[in-house]
Amino acid sequence: MTSPPDLSVELVSNPLYLCGVREMASQIAKRLGFTDAQCAQIALAIDEALANIMKHGYEKRMDGRIWLKMQPITDASGQALEIVIEDEAKQVDPCQIKSRNLEDIRPGGLGVHIIKEVMDEVRYEKRVGTAGMRLTMIKRQSPPKTP
Amino acid sequence: MPDKAPITVNVETKPTATILAPVGEVGYHEAPTLQQAIKSAYDKKPKKLIVNLTGVSYMATPGLATLVEALQIGKKTNTPLVLCGLTDRVRAVFEIARLNTVFKIAPDLDQAMTT
Repeated sequence: MTSPPDLSVELVSNPLYLCGVREMASQIAKRLGFTDAQCAQIALAIDEALANIMKHGYEKRMDGRIWLKMQPITDASGQALEIVIEDEAKQVDPCQIKSRNLEDIRPGGLGVHIIKEVMDEVRYEKRVGTAGMRLTMIKRQSPPKTP
Repeated sequence: MPDKAPITVNVETKPTATILAPVGEVGYHEAPTLQQAIKSAYDKKPKKLIVNLTGVSYMATPGLATLVEALQIGKKTNTPLVLCGLTDRVRAVFEIARLNTVFKIAPDLDQAMTT
């Protein structure tokens, strides 16, 4: 996302605001032409990502800042929605952000798995020159064609 | 500004089961309310606990985690846990997390009562 995004929202790390953000994301995706099922997946991925930042990044502090940006894009596969979420929480090695073994039935640890399952591209990286992490997610309207 | 309880959990106690019926969306903010309702229900030692999800329009992983925790309490206390009334949207999340085969899931409350 090099140019300013179509939509940029800043919120604090208070779970109170999650319902409004996922509703907004779902409605925008719907207007951009995504199916109901895809809209639900986009809202779910954003919700999981924000909840992870609030719980693990900011360790349940409610005054951390989070930025959500959404931008429709066109790539080789057609129309897509790019979502970038940034925070100022502690940095972690992106390689350490992974889903737990699903065979291990226990509470928690499913958010990353859900995000990777429902989005077409997911990339975690450390923000450069400042604190925090950046998560970039892409959801395509049509699945990529296999040769 | 005070933060009111984000979801309602209706409780019905029958001789054969306690039925919890959360209403609303169950994400990170709402899951602790459901968690508390489940713990309170287990404290009363029901013969069976049914969580009727008919009124749940959205569920994220904190809701799943709460139900997994309930399943574990149920196993420890020999109290069967049955879920029912999953909407397509909620069922999809169970399937992505591969938890749809872990729980006893009935289509509706009547069948949950007899499961």
